[in-house]
Amino acid sequence: MSDPTLSSAGAAATVGSPGLVSGPAGPRPRRRFSRRNIFLYGTLFVIAVYYLLPLYVMVVTSLKGMPEVRLGNIFSPPVEITFEPWVKAWSEACTGLNCDGLSRGFWNSVRITVPSVILSIAIASINGYALANWRFKGSETFFVILIFGAFIPYQVMLYPIVILLREIGLYGTLWGLVIVHSIFGMPILTLLFRNYFTSLPEELFKAARVDGAGFWGIYFRIMVPMSLPIFVVAMILQITGIWNDFLFGVVYTKPDIYPMTVQLNNIVNSVQGVKEYNVNMAATILTGLVPLVVYFVSGKLFVRGIAAGAVKG
Amino acid sequence: MKFTKTLLAGSAAIALSTSAFATDLEVTHWWTSGGEAAAVGEFAKAFDATGNKWVDGAIAGSGGTARPIMISRITGGDPMGATQFNHGRQAEELVEAGLMKDLTAVAEAGKWKDVINEIGLLDSCTIDGKIYCAPVNIHSWQWLWLSNKAFADAGVAVPANWNELVAAAPKLREKGMVPLAVGGQPWQTTGVFNVLMSGLGGKDLYLKVYDAKDAEVAGGADVAKIFSALNDAREMSRGSNVQDWNQATNMVITGKAGGQIMGDWAQGEFQIAEQVAGTDYSCLPGLGVNELLSTNGDAFYFPKVDNAEISAAQDKLAEVLFAPTTQVAFNLKKGSLPIRKDVDLAAANDCMKKGLAILAKGGLVKSTDQLISPDTATQIDDLMTQFFSDESITPEDAQKRFAGIIKSAD
Amino acid sequence: MSAQARPSQLFKNLNAKIASIPMILTALVVFVGGTFWTILYSFTDSKLLPRLRFVGLDQYERLWSAPRWLTSIENLLIYGILSLIFSLVIGFLLAALLDQKIRFEDTFRTIFLYPFALSFIVTGLVWQWILNPDFGVQKVVRSLGFDSFVFDPLYNSDIVIYGILIAGLWQGTGLIMCLMLAGLRGIDEDIWKAARVDGIPMWKTYLFIVIPMMRPVFITTLVIIASGIVKLYDLVVAQTGGGPGIASEVPAKYVYDFMFRAQNLGQGFAGSTMMLLSVAIVIIPWAYLEFGGKKRV
Repeated sequence: MSDPTLSSAGAAATVGSPGLVSGPAGPRPRRRFSRRNIFLYGTLFVIAVYYLLPLYVMVVTSLKGMPEVRLGNIFSPPVEITFEPWVKAWSEACTGLNCDGLSRGFWNSVRITVPSVILSIAIASINGYALANWRFKGSETFFVILIFGAFIPYQVMLYPIVILLREIGLYGTLWGLVIVHSIFGMPILTLLFRNYFTSLPEELFKAARVDGAGFWGIYFRIMVPMSLPIFVVAMILQITGIWNDFLFGVVYTKPDIYPMTVQLNNIVNSVQGVKEYNVNMAATILTGLVPLVVYFVSGKLFVRGIAAGAVKG
Repeated sequence: MKFTKTLLAGSAAIALSTSAFATDLEVTHWWTSGGEAAAVGEFAKAFDATGNKWVDGAIAGSGGTARPIMISRITGGDPMGATQFNHGRQAEELVEAGLMKDLTAVAEAGKWKDVINEIGLLDSCTIDGKIYCAPVNIHSWQWLWLSNKAFADAGVAVPANWNELVAAAPKLREKGMVPLAVGGQPWQTTGVFNVLMSGLGGKDLYLKVYDAKDAEVAGGADVAKIFSALNDAREMSRGSNVQDWNQATNMVITGKAGGQIMGDWAQGEFQIAEQVAGTDYSCLPGLGVNELLSTNGDAFYFPKVDNAEISAAQDKLAEVLFAPTTQVAFNLKKGSLPIRKDVDLAAANDCMKKGLAILAKGGLVKSTDQLISPDTATQIDDLMTQFFSDESITPEDAQKRFAGIIKSAD
Repeated sequence: MSAQARPSQLFKNLNAKIASIPMILTALVVFVGGTFWTILYSFTDSKLLPRLRFVGLDQYERLWSAPRWLTSIENLLIYGILSLIFSLVIGFLLAALLDQKIRFEDTFRTIFLYPFALSFIVTGLVWQWILNPDFGVQKVVRSLGFDSFVFDPLYNSDIVIYGILIAGLWQGTGLIMCLMLAGLRGIDEDIWKAARVDGIPMWKTYLFIVIPMMRPVFITTLVIIASGIVKLYDLVVAQTGGGPGIASEVPAKYVYDFMFRAQNLGQGFAGSTMMLLSVAIVIIPWAYLEFGGKKRV
């Protein structure tokens, strides 16, 4: 119905309510300059400043030259804007002998993230669905174990997983890494889907059963279309986690499929030599760009997902 | 079902694509800063010249970050061709588990024993009479770096030894300077302690504590003096407020701090800041008291592989690393001292020459990396960093705990 | 799904069982298997490589006499309790604010959520700067004329853990808000209408009607926050490295450091066994309450 961007784009000067029909479901608002609104937007604005401050520092720093960074005030805007740190981070920073910056690992990160996100969400949503709607004997025990697994520090599992992957012959391969990501994403995602599916009205499920739909039929035709918001949340979790992962990527694969975070680590963590904070910051923003873009795009999906979810009301 | 099928297809495809070329040798290391990378480039150049190919696998962040990766690769049955470790006891168990290649033949052919600067370095590579690693350089910890500008500003002469620095400290404080910059990371505080131990206590004391692991000595009067000096260091470091070692070095460069105890790698920072040894900064090996240098450094290890061609390439690399020309080219860029005594470093700067002179006099002592296990070292790290940050710990308490660690050390 | 006897128990729900194979394998092989493996080796003196040479409870004795471990536990408790409370409260409040049919909802949501896109390493680095007394907030306030202003959480042993908390909340609350928002949007509009008709004040509607209806969301959120707390590692490493001294050490860092830096796997495993044990103490009663006894249909 109403596109939020449209209304916000024209909001600067226009008067009148934007009429978000399918949007939020909170209690009713209105009246533009009421005390309530001033308080509401004031609070949001103050909080937004707190959230934006570090980003501001990062962007400002990444646009300064090193001498200026050394001078010290991290909040002051750059006197002389330079894009050199960005160029350097993307295509010149060295990882050992390979001086092609973050660009080297970018496609590897994509190659790792896409299958890992798809596989882990597919497995977890099916798990959650089975746990919510098709409970079988012992299913809840496995679920409890999974939840327990969410609390196991990754580092502890490094060596056992090395042995496991070695035994099934996937050590050092892309698919080995995809499986590792799916395993460690499983606890939280399964919980997420299970709880979401549980909260859906049971009548829907029963009606479909009466119509003769089976396990997969109900999953694909009813559960998936009704669960867009939670799929988006799961995607946010997984894309961020997997894209930012360094430890698994580097331990379970080989240099030719190392993700971008390996270069980021090399840029940020160079222990000897001068720390180029401006390049660090540029590299950081560049690495975070993909999840950021995904959030931005999926934020819209999120809203629409809610509109779709409103069907059930 | 579909899941497993995909898996099989995936692994088959990858198995095909990784049929390695015999002479491609993947080398992992954690040399990633500018100077380090340039140095390692010398190795790669020399190795490529033999007709083989160096495939670089750099991972930044020694210790915590790089080592678990390397060890996983080796135990995962898919090892790299060669890998860097600090020489010392880090790879001991990998050798004992039979995962590492025996280099004795290469070492004998190259007469490593005869040309090496300090035989102790090779001892650290030797287990049951066989040599398992190729040491490539010597880094030493025992340096006190001083800012000439800071002392000029405070109106005192640049100290010639530790005690003069302690005496000058109040003057520096008056001008709002930190007499001794110490970064917050635990290994830096331990470094300060060990340098005080060898510099003020001398070789015998140092070895009694770390080599013989004599808890009596560690709890005794001689070490008590070291702890009292450490107390001075703690006093002088107040207000450092930095984490990384190079930030601390930067305080010396900018004259905000009087000095810093740090290894010879700090020199790279002075060079990049275009400071000149002698005029802008001074260096005192062994704190100007006991001119001893420890033999910290790096070594390459070669995991055992079935492939005969890779095995031959590994031998070749070991040989190249040790060759005189590579040693000169590498160490000049790395700022470390060469492993061979038959090479000439004419291009070295003043501080490096001081180091070479000590080397020539045989003023070397084994590093703590070689003498104590990483486990013990970590416990000492924890103690030292706590001591520096928490003034409620007296030198006596700290010494008691130190003696306890030495008692259970291995 | 009533549990009445059918011809064959095994083939009942066959599709669901097949679909759950990855989950079952993960639960049994990785999580149960890995946990037992860890516990087993915590009784050995394994150094760099796992070795079965048993030393009884030695590793545990050493663990509980290490000052650093004790500090770690204390820090985790402080961080954990505060982080749990603040994440839930802030996350829910933000979601509730965004749910007021406000304008620019998209913009605000993106602003609150974006920190989550950045890794902990980066979060730690940026906040390390902002909280640095020499060029961060303290310096800026001082340059405004307040010369005696002191704000150096990362360099003060007593409050360093709160400095980490600030950064942790900054990074994580956006996701919590997102989850809560998804939960709020799942609440039927009719509930609000009914509450309004009955004249129930808004805060009461939230507290006594909406929040109880969001129970599943709260459980999910709780698990996400709590598991993040237990695993807290990267942020500390990037922000303080455990310092000053050992004032901001946390258990996961102790475990990691001893496993890989100190090359003392046995000691690391003893630490992680203690961590897992404390998690089990919380989860098992919860699981019992949730699934035990009563049969839910």
